[in-house]
Amino acid sequence: MIYARALGDTLHHTLETDPRVVVLGEDILDPYGGAFKVTRGLSTDFPERVRTTPISEAAIAGVSAGLALAGFRPIAEIMFGDFLALCFDQLANHISKYGAMYDGAAACPVVIRTPSGGGRGYGPTHSQSLEKHFLGIPHLRVVAGSLWHDPVTLFDDFLAGDAPVLHIEHKLLYPLQVATDGEAGVAAIGRDGSRGVPPTVSIRLVPREDCAVTVIAYGYQAELARRVLERLALEEEIFAELLVPAQLSPVDWDPLERSVAATGSLLTVEESTGGWSWGTEIVAGMGSRLFGRLRRAPAVLAPHRT
Amino acid sequence: MTASLQALERRVDERLMGSFGEPRDARLYRRMRFIRRFEETLLGLFEEGLLNGTTHACIGQEADAVGLVEHLREGDHLFSNHRCHGHFLAWTGDAFGLLAEIMGKPAGLCAGIGGSQHICAPGFKSNGVQGGIVPAAAGIALAEQLRGSDALSVVFLGDGTLGEGVVYETLNLAALWQLPLLVVLEDNGWSQSTPSGLNLAGDIAARFTAFGLQVVEVDTTDVLGIDAAADEAVSGCRARRGPGALLIHTYRLCHHSKNDDNRPVEEVQRRWRYDPLAVHGTRLDPADAAGIDTEVEDALEDCVNRVRQL
Repeated sequence: MIYARALGDTLHHTLETDPRVVVLGEDILDPYGGAFKVTRGLSTDFPERVRTTPISEAAIAGVSAGLALAGFRPIAEIMFGDFLALCFDQLANHISKYGAMYDGAAACPVVIRTPSGGGRGYGPTHSQSLEKHFLGIPHLRVVAGSLWHDPVTLFDDFLAGDAPVLHIEHKLLYPLQVATDGEAGVAAIGRDGSRGVPPTVSIRLVPREDCAVTVIAYGYQAELARRVLERLALEEEIFAELLVPAQLSPVDWDPLERSVAATGSLLTVEESTGGWSWGTEIVAGMGSRLFGRLRRAPAVLAPHRT
Repeated sequence: MTASLQALERRVDERLMGSFGEPRDARLYRRMRFIRRFEETLLGLFEEGLLNGTTHACIGQEADAVGLVEHLREGDHLFSNHRCHGHFLAWTGDAFGLLAEIMGKPAGLCAGIGGSQHICAPGFKSNGVQGGIVPAAAGIALAEQLRGSDALSVVFLGDGTLGEGVVYETLNLAALWQLPLLVVLEDNGWSQSTPSGLNLAGDIAARFTAFGLQVVEVDTTDVLGIDAAADEAVSGCRARRGPGALLIHTYRLCHHSKNDDNRPVEEVQRRWRYDPLAVHGTRLDPADAAGIDTEVEDALEDCVNRVRQL
């Protein structure tokens, strides 16, 4: 099953099993079913709780905030990740603040989903990975889908908790087949992680101790990294451990630390512009945790201008 | 259920909110007096050095919330802004919770974390960032619509917030979806230090009617005038199960926050003639008004003493 369909089925599942779920976004009604078709079929089956909205990203986020404060579970789609900029006030000053500034007297469990990233030829304002600007906002979870994280499990987790979530979906993942356990090319899959955090997926061909480097990537970059690492292994006999976290912020450090402690080497890969980025935060955190155990300077692979 | 009955059930000090059976004119006066003296007490506590940060007093605008809550009922929700004390006190009467909150005490409404502008209580929330509360109030209205309840979501705005784009996104959406949302716009003519003539083009009411919202407009500080307008606005929203606007042209008799008033002295002095307490106070027997003043004073003193001991 392709990732877009798996996500759509997940949204259908949440609407079916949780009467508090309301799905809203631009152009999501059938027969169009959303710019990337993730929401196709939902409005036919749940006309009351699936709402198409005007082109008003700030209001989409803000109305979602109100629904969540009133006990509903809004799942909003922002058509392109670039448009998250129009939701920034809601995410930074409203949605992520309510629970904490009211000392838990209210919760605002909004889920915002958005496609991010390039590779589809949509140009400079429809291809960015702006999620880096939302990392580190206190009380906001930023989670990136991957081929190895079952969206049903992720969304069930979102709906079970009270934290607001920004869910990043790289556009190039949508047409790809999702992996099932034990199926990641020729490599083996492991899962490691802390309680309450989606597991970090580990993909490697050889034991961790025999890996030359830990490569950490999320979303579509994780799939790209997997392909590259598979080639490196088959053609060059250079082995690496690929770690794929779903939750970008807050960081679940322990699974990363366990791997990097064993390999002594770290490379992060991301599509967001380099500098002040996810990768630099990971490198800073690993550097302070594993200072003296790293065999070489950790490296960040990120584009400078995209 | 009327607001006064609600006051009896939920809370608090009858000396501040009025007892069941108190004549309406007396109750309205008492609540305005309560809000006025609460705000003045806060300013006094700043002078004493017991409070820090800032506060946005609503002195001069007390009649707005007091008149409005007469027409609200249990289940309705109020979303307010930086100038939220009057709205909160008129709705809940909880002077102790608010004062403790503003003073940063764990006994405060939000354990002292939210402070003056970020209040949460049953049926009430506020956030000091301008504009963003409007879609949140619309979302609460959508929740009530989905539940099939007849509750109303009310949001308070000032004229300055009409500069925020998300307000218009929300008006469009509220009208499209016929959300039970009442926008109460308190136009006090000044956006912090800037007269509205420098930052507001066009007509305020037209902003709402352009989206198909019915507007009830009133230019008064008389609580009975506001009461009548609020009655029309609230009953209209409930009857239509849709959005509406209550536009109140009023005036802030105090500074924006603290010690930041550069408005022409003559303008402010002229507006004191329309002080809502004076306007409505003339309807009461002077002895009754003085008795209310004393009760409010005593109750607030008790409240302050309790909070001081925290």
